[in-house]
Amino acid sequence: MSKFVSFALGNSLSAIRMLAAAGALSLLATAQPAMAHDYKIAELKIDHPWSRETPQGAKVAAGYLKITNNGSEADRLVSVTGEISKRGEIHEMLVDDKGVMTMRPLADGLEIPAGGVVELKPSSYHVMFMDLTDSKKKGERFAGTLTFEKAGTVDVEFAVDAIGGASEHDHDHDHGDDHSGHDNHGG
Amino acid sequence: MIMIMATTTAGTTTMADDGRLRRLRRSIQLLGALAVVLVGATGWLILRPGGPLVDAQQGATVQIGAPFELVSHTGETFSDRDLAGKPYTVFFGFTHCPEVCPTTLWEMSSALDQLGDEAANMQVLFVTVDPERDTPQVLASYLQSFDDRIIGLTGTLEDVSAMASSYRAYWRKVPTDDGDYTMDHTASVYLMDANGDFFGTVAYEEPADARMGKLRRLIATGS
Repeated sequence: MSKFVSFALGNSLSAIRMLAAAGALSLLATAQPAMAHDYKIAELKIDHPWSRETPQGAKVAAGYLKITNNGSEADRLVSVTGEISKRGEIHEMLVDDKGVMTMRPLADGLEIPAGGVVELKPSSYHVMFMDLTDSKKKGERFAGTLTFEKAGTVDVEFAVDAIGGASEHDHDHDHGDDHSGHDNHGG
Repeated sequence: MIMIMATTTAGTTTMADDGRLRRLRRSIQLLGALAVVLVGATGWLILRPGGPLVDAQQGATVQIGAPFELVSHTGETFSDRDLAGKPYTVFFGFTHCPEVCPTTLWEMSSALDQLGDEAANMQVLFVTVDPERDTPQVLASYLQSFDDRIIGLTGTLEDVSAMASSYRAYWRKVPTDDGDYTMDHTASVYLMDANGDFFGTVAYEEPADARMGKLRRLIATGS
């Protein structure tokens, strides 16, 4: 939040926007599992990095966030770290029509198109924290970094949700009442 | 049978491209793509409990599940004989899995929590497709984070492979650039009735109410 504040105070118009955003955030806070938080670096805005509690003894954890590129040039998320693990990778995950889950590291990182939004979220892209050295509980946070090819590195905190946290919530958004959409997942 | 009829109808119709037709077309695309019997997850192929799974494309009957003998997370032998007369669910996964496996186990845990004593006769199995890393000890630790009725199963690579094959589950070890590996695997939960016959599946991300409905119908096969 402090980075966001210092950025926003750069001019008074931004400060007004920030106040409006802060108001909106406080409203959202009651609806979201963990209070939303965001960061800025260059023309990139990073919304609500979050993770999940991990089962006991788990060696991996997933991280999620939304990246908005307000600039006129594409950028690329190329590396990620988290203080809970020795390594971080950027993965693409999907469950295909046959119900098979596949997961692959993105060797070249993840492109954030100019003017575009990329969301790392369950059943899609995620950050994979590997060789966990620590595990956090719901409500806690852990520090991490996101490195972009052009914008550089930004320090962030990942807010930790429950093991299955936010997944049911996401379903409602993605599918509404059209449960037939789930046919696609196959078996 | 339903699917065969749907194919015929769509093949001759010139109806406007309304939602129903689009859904029908999507169904047909799926049918074409999924030669494998696992299409049963959609619910169309969930035949009468106790019936074998029928592949509508081939008209062939495919057996799902077979006798097995593995090792539970408590280190004891666990086989199909321990499931006699009980409805059960089978999920194939691995503990180095960041999302699908913990989420599915968490959802099954919350289902068991809601079902309470209703689920007393049902067994919930988590079979690792990564027995090299998932020893009984690793599974025991992992499952402490979930409902204590869930049984973790591992064994030799050969025994685990044989079981996964008998369920027509897909799994594959995928080496990664860093010398590590990950596993691709079927992410659906298999539902097996009290006679040990295929009853249906619960797809990953299926809504909680649909999952609960299926589990209750599954449990009813054992009462």
